[in-house]
Formats: sequence, structure tokens, C-alpha cells
Amino acid sequence: MSQAPLLSVRGLHKSFGALNVLKGVDLTVRSGEVAFLIGPSGGGKSTLIRCINFLETPSSGEITFDGRPLCHEDGRIFHVAPERVLRAARSEMPMVFQHFNLFTHRTVLENVIEGPIMVKRRPRAEAIADAERLLREVGLHDKSDFYPDQLSGGQKQRVAIARALAMQPKLILFDEPTSALDPELVAGILDTIRGLADRGMTLVVVSHEMSFARKLADVVHFIAEGTIIESGPPDRIFDNPQSPRLSGFIRSILH
Amino acid sequence: MYEFFFVLIPRHFPFLLEGALVTLELSFLSMAFGLVLGLATALGRLSGKRWLDWPLITYVEIWRDVPLIVQLMVIYFTLPTIGITLSGFWAGVLGLSLNLGAYLSEVFRAAILSIDPGQRAAGMSIGMSKPMIYRRIIFPQAFRIAIPTIGGYFIALLKDSSLVSFISVNELLRNGNIIISNTFRNMEVYMMVAIIYFILSFAASRLIRHLEHSLTPKYLRRQGRKAKVLAPDIAVMP
Repeated sequence: MSQAPLLSVRGLHKSFGALNVLKGVDLTVRSGEVAFLIGPSGGGKSTLIRCINFLETPSSGEITFDGRPLCHEDGRIFHVAPERVLRAARSEMPMVFQHFNLFTHRTVLENVIEGPIMVKRRPRAEAIADAERLLREVGLHDKSDFYPDQLSGGQKQRVAIARALAMQPKLILFDEPTSALDPELVAGILDTIRGLADRGMTLVVVSHEMSFARKLADVVHFIAEGTIIESGPPDRIFDNPQSPRLSGFIRSILH
Repeated sequence: MYEFFFVLIPRHFPFLLEGALVTLELSFLSMAFGLVLGLATALGRLSGKRWLDWPLITYVEIWRDVPLIVQLMVIYFTLPTIGITLSGFWAGVLGLSLNLGAYLSEVFRAAILSIDPGQRAAGMSIGMSKPMIYRRIIFPQAFRIAIPTIGGYFIALLKDSSLVSFISVNELLRNGNIIISNTFRNMEVYMMVAIIYFILSFAASRLIRHLEHSLTPKYLRRQGRKAKVLAPDIAVMP
């Protein structure tokens, strides 16, 4: 466990105009780890993982992914890695979104092979073979030629997961993957995510599914008011919270 | 009762067709330039660069808010006084292109903005570059949305190109007028001119319909003209 972490975030700040959303976040994710980010709405969870993926450019701080600095401070100057480096990093830590964000003009199969072909420059036949295997894994091999509009929310989200997996990622970011789903579809997605964790995939999950976090997480980070207030194994976070802010949050969600 | 004198039509028909050919040349060239100009203007407006904004807005407003005939007159008659002399044909192409570009820029801008920004984020999150996202994700969808409107502007352009007859380009209307001044048979000639414009525009309209159809995914086609009601993905607030 002495190896360098896969993802390291130090002193990350993000403000939108006068609004400070992240106020110095430190986060470490090791290879193979399943990290959950929980906390109240508006606390900065989604902004944090969008900054990790550089969908939002942080205002200051340091992010290192797989040994490559994506942004860092040099004295008082904030450096962001060139676009090329950011793109390469993104392709290795794709994100699964709350609203799926599938390419609606593309079939299921085309959604999955887009990244491998366009970004990884893999031969089309190879990408298709891979995509078909991934779609079988998520139980959608018979829907290859369907368009996103023809699928249910749960099916869409499984396509989105297959699209992320097709990038052969080192880490997958999940931004509230079940929040837009009908209740009866949630379990299927959680099963799929559990399958990834069981295979040793590194996951960073923003979620409101607390019982799921408790079962699956190696580490739970509680984020509120733009900082990580408490981190630890799920048992300690849920059963023995140290800070009053966290115990208040736990109480509020149990009711 | 007016006595129709249709025998003169076969004699003058080739001359009208010559004009119709010029009308088509004017329209297709202006359409091509207008599309490029409109797209470039829309992308400039959407780039978020302040210094690009006001020149582009100025262009769009000037070209939308001045009558086309006045624009053509300015290009053809007053540009030579500052040393820029264009033939009637190219003055016409320039005027029509700039005019169309101004209108199409707004069509493209609206179509691009109508694509869910989540798809852009999804493209970025798997490492696609911005040009790649535009080319592969946004343009194909925006173009399909814009096609019927672009088609409408193309048909308008085809007919508006008749204004170019005022700057002595021998297109369809002007050739018709020339025949009339030789034969004094305006009824027959204008009817022919009108019919040819109708045929050209109608053909264009069918072509656009066909293009729209071929760009629509198969599963959406059967629903035909009925608007598709999408089940909304309503975010459930936790």
C-alpha cells in the first residue's frame, strides 16, 4: 500500500464568480479503491468530481492523476496542464452522469464505440467486438441497434456505463448515477456498479444511496460547505460519526 | 376578351431557360457561401469571445435590417466609387450570400444551443477534443434540426434572386422582361416566368424534404409528421 495513489487532490478551490463552491479539498484515491462522496445538496460533491475530470477548471490547487499533474501551484501561479494532457487523462477516467448524456443521434453500439475509435484510435472491428462484449456484460447485447430514446432510464445508464468501460479506464467517476431513475430501476444499476467494484475497478461515486455506500465503499468522504469534513470506512462514518456536522447529516437522512 | 398568344412561347422558351439557369447558379452559389458564412458567424457568436461579439452582431443586424434590394444597389452601384467593381452576377452572389449568412447564423446558433450540453460534457469526459465533439456530436444533430428552416430560407433565396434583375443580371425575371419589351405580351411571359419559379421552388422543397427524411433515424420516420412526445427525464431531487 506504499505505492503512489492513483488520484490525488490537494487544496482544491473552485469558485463561480463570487460563489466559493470548493474551499480547499484534499482527496486521495488508491488503485482498486471504491470511494463514495456523500453530503448535503450544494455541498460541492458534483463540482468536485467535475473538477477532477476537468469538465470544470478548478480555481486553484493541485490534481495529480496516475502520476501526471493536471494542475498545480507554482509559487502563487496556478498552472493547468495542456489540453492534450487533460484529454488523455479524461479518457482514462470517464464519467457516468446523472442524466446519462448519451449521444441521442447514435445507436447504443455507436455510443459505446465512439470513444475507442475517435479518441483511442482503435480499429473499428476491434472496438465493435469489445463493445458487444461490454453490452453483453451490462445485459444490453440485444439493444445494440436501438437509439437512446427507445430505452428506459436504467437501460440508458447501463449504456453510459458500457461507454465508460469501453475507454479501458483506470478510474470511473459516477455523478449521482441513480438519482434520475425510477425506484425499481435503481437496483439494476447498483448491481452493475457492484460488479465493477468486484472486479477491482477504481470508482469514485457521488451518491445518495447510503445503504449502497455502506455495503460497497472502501472509504466514504463526507463533503459539506466545500470541504471534506470527515473521511473513513463506511462503518465509522455511518455508525460512529466524529463531527457534529456529519452526525446531523446522518440523522437527517435516516428519518 | 384577352386573346392568348401562346405560339410565342416555344420561340422564347430557350431564352427563359437560360435565365432560369442563371437563377439556379445565383441561388446555389449564394446558398453555399451563405451556409459557410452563417455557420462561421454562429460559431463566432458561440465562442464566448467578447471582441468577436459586436462585429458579428453588427453584421447580422445590418444585413437583416436593410432591404435586400438596397443592399444589392449599394454593392453594385456604389462600391465602384471606392474602387471595387463587381460584375452584376458576382455583386448579386455577394449580396445574397451576406444576406442569407446573416439569417442562417441565427438558425445555426439556435440549433446548436438546442443540443443538450450534457452530450458535450459526455464527449469531453471520454477525452474527445472540442472540434471532434462539434463534428461528431453537435453538428449532426443541430443540422437535422436546422434543415427545415434552412430549406425555407433556400426557397426564399431562389425567389429573392429575382431582385438581382435590377442590377442587370440576365436571370429568369430579367430575361422575361426582355422578351416582353420585344413582344408586348406580358401576360403569357409572366405566366411562364411564374410557372418556372414555381417548378424550381417546388423541386427545391421536395429535395429538402428528402434530405430531412434521409437524415432522420429510421425509428423516428414512421411517426411521420406527428411530433414525437419524449418522456421527460425528470430529475428526482433527493
